[in-house]
Amino acid sequence: MLDNSESYVTEDGRTIGGVVMEMKNITLRFGGVVAIQDISFDIREGEIRAIIGPNGAGKSSMLNVISGFYVPQEGEVLFHGKKRPPMRPYEVARQGIARTFQNIALFEGMSVLDNVMTGRLNYMKTGLFSQALWKGKAEAEETENREVVERIIDFLEIQHIRKTPVARLPYGLKKRVELARALAAEPKLLLLDEPMAGMNVEEKEDMSRFILDVNDEFGTTIALIEHDMGVVMDLSDRVVVMDYGKKIGDGTPNEVRNNQDVIDAYLGVSHD
Amino acid sequence: MPEQLVFAMEVTLNGLMAGVLYALVALGFVLIYKASGIFNYAQGVLALFAAMTLVGIMQGQVPFSHLINAVFGGHITHFGWNVPGAVAIALTVGVMVLLAWLVQVLVMKHLVGQEPIILFMATIGLAYFLEGVADLMWGSEIKTLDVGLPQGINLWIDETTFNIFGYGFFIDNLDIVATVIAALLVAGLVAFSQYTKQGRAMRAVADDHQAALSVGISLNFIWVLVWSVAGFVALVAGIVWGTKSGVQFSLSLIALKALPVLMLGGFTSIPGAIVGGLIIGVGEKLFEFAVGPLVGGATENWFAYVLALLFLVFRPQGLFGEKIIERV
Repeated sequence: MLDNSESYVTEDGRTIGGVVMEMKNITLRFGGVVAIQDISFDIREGEIRAIIGPNGAGKSSMLNVISGFYVPQEGEVLFHGKKRPPMRPYEVARQGIARTFQNIALFEGMSVLDNVMTGRLNYMKTGLFSQALWKGKAEAEETENREVVERIIDFLEIQHIRKTPVARLPYGLKKRVELARALAAEPKLLLLDEPMAGMNVEEKEDMSRFILDVNDEFGTTIALIEHDMGVVMDLSDRVVVMDYGKKIGDGTPNEVRNNQDVIDAYLGVSHD
Repeated sequence: MPEQLVFAMEVTLNGLMAGVLYALVALGFVLIYKASGIFNYAQGVLALFAAMTLVGIMQGQVPFSHLINAVFGGHITHFGWNVPGAVAIALTVGVMVLLAWLVQVLVMKHLVGQEPIILFMATIGLAYFLEGVADLMWGSEIKTLDVGLPQGINLWIDETTFNIFGYGFFIDNLDIVATVIAALLVAGLVAFSQYTKQGRAMRAVADDHQAALSVGISLNFIWVLVWSVAGFVALVAGIVWGTKSGVQFSLSLIALKALPVLMLGGFTSIPGAIVGGLIIGVGEKLFEFAVGPLVGGATENWFAYVLALLFLVFRPQGLFGEKIIERV
């Protein structure tokens, strides 16, 4: 086992830093149903960490615990080594954890540009009254935020639709806009909930490329959920495998691929 | 120019002005509905409460004086001072913000995620509760409200139209001022929602709660903000209507006038509320002018509702409402 502050070198030769986010013995129940059972793992700086598992394994629940949408009954969440008290999702977001959703949660009525701009809301410091009284400062701030947003829009190749209302976009592009909005927050940790769900092969390839580029270019730490094994193995540095709310595997894609429990879970060995 | 046409012009102008007042009330509904999906039955009572609070503060009334006197046996009713209009308005805005916060913390916060009908019921309860509180706080007598808005016939329009048509239009100064105030209010609201951080956050919440949370917006804060803004709009409507017809409990019934406006304009559209208000205002005045004499008058009482009914049948989402698309 690695120490929390130690770094390691990935299979493709990138150096990964210390632990950013650590989940310790997390248990989450809904009434009598145990969605997550005593799971621990960590996410390290600069890595692409995947959480995989069959449908209903508790992957999305885990992501929702990290982003504050669910509060676990047991266990600790440590962010940058500090124990995080139970938080509302917006407080988690303000700590620098951005996310996307499995079923796309965009502001349908707004343009692509406005959507991505909302990712900058926490960087807008000028208050209501100074905005009204001191126009110059507010404008300078707006320009600054606009520059960041335009850079991200360029990066994700969505310049051609910047003014289009999001409701009119096809599914694949919506997913990309959602990624752009999350990136606009310049997150310390980026959570992607099934970024490739429902996409065709070409869209999947595009999305994979963008995820790798984001990680490479901005050094963003990424945790993603996916049930398409092939995609995950190509993308990620380390993988957590969940099944029926339990962790059944954790390691590099190669380690996980050869793990008998994981093979059983995916091929469907009977659980009795 | 034929006499009838000149009359019709005057009626139309008066109708536009009345429409502005309807729009003013409808605006408050739209704001809350857009941001939280709550149809706020208490909007009319908010206007009443705001107007009563304003008058009470201006006249230096002791709030809850009946209650205090009944419990402690005193005879206090007034502090013995008068507060100038501008200061009183500022204080009333403060009261409305406090009220917004109380509504959110005590009522709405506990109903997050409930069915719209339950939220609607909660606002009905809120309406009656607020009406009771307003009564207890400031008493139930009819009061005159004068914050210095000009009233009476506008002589310049009267003279000018007399010179052109040989007939002087009767346009009330208060209606003109109300139109200007409403225009400023709408411009202010648009600027707020388009160009400020809080306005952006408000639009975001109106669009998608989950997404709003994920970019770090506190729903609680935004809802307090929305109720405050609705309270402010209610205050403006209360001032205009209160100046026009006195501050009395029937003021809360202006909410009923806003309903047909909303059905025309759509519950989610600010321009819709304005256009809807104008159409109803002009429509009912012109209808009364043209058809009223044939049926014995008093068509103004029902015209708006019949028009709204027609809209419900043929275009239920209103003129500007979000399109209802059903995907199968």
